[in-house]
Amino acid sequence: MFNFVSFIPRAVGQGIPLLFGSTGETLTEKSGNLNLGIPGIMYVGAMSGVIGAFLYEQSLKASGAPMNTAAAIFIPLICSIVGSLLMGLLYCFLTVTLRANQNVTGLAMTTFGVGFGNFFGGSLIKLTGSDVPSVALSSTSARFSKMLPGVDKLGAFGKIFLSYGFLAYTAIVIAFVTAYILAHTRVGLHLRAVGENPATADSAGINVSKYKYLSTCIGSVIAGMGGLYYVMDFTSGVWSNDGFGDRGWLAIALVIFTIWRPNISVFASILFGGLYILYLYIPTGTNLAVKELYKMLPYVVTIVVLIVISMRDKKENQPPASLGLPYFREER
Amino acid sequence: MDKDANVAVSMQHITKNFGPVAANDDVSLDIRRGEILSLLGENGSGKTTLMNMLAGIYFPDGGQILVNGKEAVIRSPRDAFDLGIGMIHQHYMLVDVMTAAENIILGLKNEGKLDMKAAAARITGICSRYGFDLDPNQKIYDMSVSQKQTVEIVKVLYRNADILILDEPTAVLTPQETEKLFGVLRNMKKDNKAIVIITHKLHEVEEISDRVAILRHGKFAGMLTTKDTNAQEMTNMMVGHAVQLNIRRPDPVNARPRIKVEGLTVRSSDGLIKLDDVSFTANSGEILGVAGISGSGQKELLEAIAGLQPAEKGSISYINDSGETEELLGKDPLTISNMGVALSFVPEDRLGMGLVGSMDLVDNMMLRSFRRGSSILTDRKFPHNVAEKVVDELEVSTPGLSTPVRRLSGGNVQKVLVGREIASAPSVLLAAYAVRGLDINSSYTIYDLINQQKERGVAVIYVGEDLDVLLELSDRILVLCEGKVSGILDGRTAEKNEVGLLMTSLGGEDADE
Repeated sequence: MFNFVSFIPRAVGQGIPLLFGSTGETLTEKSGNLNLGIPGIMYVGAMSGVIGAFLYEQSLKASGAPMNTAAAIFIPLICSIVGSLLMGLLYCFLTVTLRANQNVTGLAMTTFGVGFGNFFGGSLIKLTGSDVPSVALSSTSARFSKMLPGVDKLGAFGKIFLSYGFLAYTAIVIAFVTAYILAHTRVGLHLRAVGENPATADSAGINVSKYKYLSTCIGSVIAGMGGLYYVMDFTSGVWSNDGFGDRGWLAIALVIFTIWRPNISVFASILFGGLYILYLYIPTGTNLAVKELYKMLPYVVTIVVLIVISMRDKKENQPPASLGLPYFREER
Repeated sequence: MDKDANVAVSMQHITKNFGPVAANDDVSLDIRRGEILSLLGENGSGKTTLMNMLAGIYFPDGGQILVNGKEAVIRSPRDAFDLGIGMIHQHYMLVDVMTAAENIILGLKNEGKLDMKAAAARITGICSRYGFDLDPNQKIYDMSVSQKQTVEIVKVLYRNADILILDEPTAVLTPQETEKLFGVLRNMKKDNKAIVIITHKLHEVEEISDRVAILRHGKFAGMLTTKDTNAQEMTNMMVGHAVQLNIRRPDPVNARPRIKVEGLTVRSSDGLIKLDDVSFTANSGEILGVAGISGSGQKELLEAIAGLQPAEKGSISYINDSGETEELLGKDPLTISNMGVALSFVPEDRLGMGLVGSMDLVDNMMLRSFRRGSSILTDRKFPHNVAEKVVDELEVSTPGLSTPVRRLSGGNVQKVLVGREIASAPSVLLAAYAVRGLDINSSYTIYDLINQQKERGVAVIYVGEDLDVLLELSDRILVLCEGKVSGILDGRTAEKNEVGLLMTSLGGEDADE
């Protein structure tokens, strides 16, 4: 029998980093910036948090003081936000101010971000001198993944809905708030106009560069928190190089899958998370190749959705019209 | 200057230069409330530039603008809005995936919370007041061109504009839609708004406007009261007196029909008729000039002959030297160009058709010759020679053959384009706006080139903007008006006014008076 009570929490755990990533990327893309640096930014977000937590834990070890819960949460969180923010600023500076090609810039930033994560990951592993190639931050992680008291007494309901750390709920709240802002506020209207037709937005008196900078930087911070959640909560504070894998790309696929709607992403990310680990729950025998085929499912589903969307040809479901294009104010 | 209290805007001694070209030179005019003013002039006479200075797109180099009697400095579209000036450009500024209401309120800041219902209610109010037909919740991509125009006008009214400028508003409308628009404009006039429409269609001027201001070559040519004037007087003022240009016009030698067009009808992709039952013959060794207001079907005509534009009805036959006839319609562009039909079309941006800006001269020559030879590799020697020849003979000033075409000045780009088409030794040369934006010297080089081709026995079809040049260069002039042939005149005897009238009115009945 398929074990939903064990499957769903794991699917959610896999889905939350994707939800952070796709919400951040959706917000970014709505301004017309196609930030392919998201996978790298999620690495940087994770590693910045790990560095903060590592230094805090080391200083505690040196002084012998007890761990302060607020500091254990806020130090990694703020480090992660600053790391991702710098990446977002760099991307904006290159593509908005200097009008560099967005695809090239994004890919370079992904390469950089993954390298950044693995380089400092390797350094920290050396510093700890541990036998396994990973850094364990279990006491910090315990704070991040702490669930509400008494949840374990609530049985299946508690396990499915309430057994997650605070960052998981934060992701869902951010996704819904972003969806609301995009659809129902003046700021959202202006942001969408910038992504669709920056010349029109400009002539209506909207500051195109400001909107592009803000949405891309905030989007980067949100995506970076996905990396932080992954290492602090999902893997219980264990960083191992390349451990985050290709989840960043999956988050970008999710943006397309959800047709640029963070509220749909709340459910779609869990679906993706589920598809990502489905192979563990379906008897596949000893044949490893079959497992790999199952891991392909999220991408196959994205391609199918892309085909269906393009066949239905509904304008609202298309990417922002000027996605990936730099904006030059026409001057004579 | 009229010190009338009704004067909404007074433009005084306005001058605007683009580089060495004076787009507007010492232009003064008043715009009054409760009145529709037509701004009339040929293409390139500076009408749009003048109004763009009111709308905040350009800033005047000289002169001053008074709005409601006070001197105004308009540096951006926002400044213009603040003064109550709104301009509806030919190119609409709308976001496709948003609704009419969302587009209308876009960019408005100080209205607190986003309340689409209140916005829609106000839009409906404006619509019923002036007689617009508009659903605030309709998406722009579902709209016809005329509905999009309505959104643009309502957008301006929503921002409380009381001075409205419309740049060639009827260019894209059907006659019925034009009637509706004029109805709305009359309602706005009754509401004491000041309205300016930029146009070059005389019958519209007569139908809608109270006064008409005429510009010629950037200068103010006069202000007339519509009911006291007539088409003849307006044409005279718009066209002015012929500038003396002496272009060689050798007599056609051994002219024989080369291209015969019969009943050609072309419809654009949005269903508008672009060419309507066009018939004519182009002879070898002769220049057939095509005159017409821009957008009267010139581009479609040349493209149909070159095989780039599918036709709904009619036929285009090519008659070779031995008198055999072949149908061109339905053939692909490659076959047609192999038959010796060369097209050189110079669009507004000059690089849009025919040349690739980031490629160098040799590569651009190769765009015509890359199929030559049988080797798997392209032959670079031949285009290199062609490029050398073009640069040499046409005195193209370029640092070298490997310079990207984009870096050359406009005149040189055009020489490269026309030179390449001529180098392919065509039997039919289609040239459109070949001297667009060129200085006198370069223009004459191009005219010379065209004349040389004519003497070689090529049938030249030349689409031009400048009537004076067409009259001096062409052996015969075909006049297009709204996609129809309104007359074919002899270039040696035709009068400028006659051509001008044919351009703006069908059948030429006014010219016979």
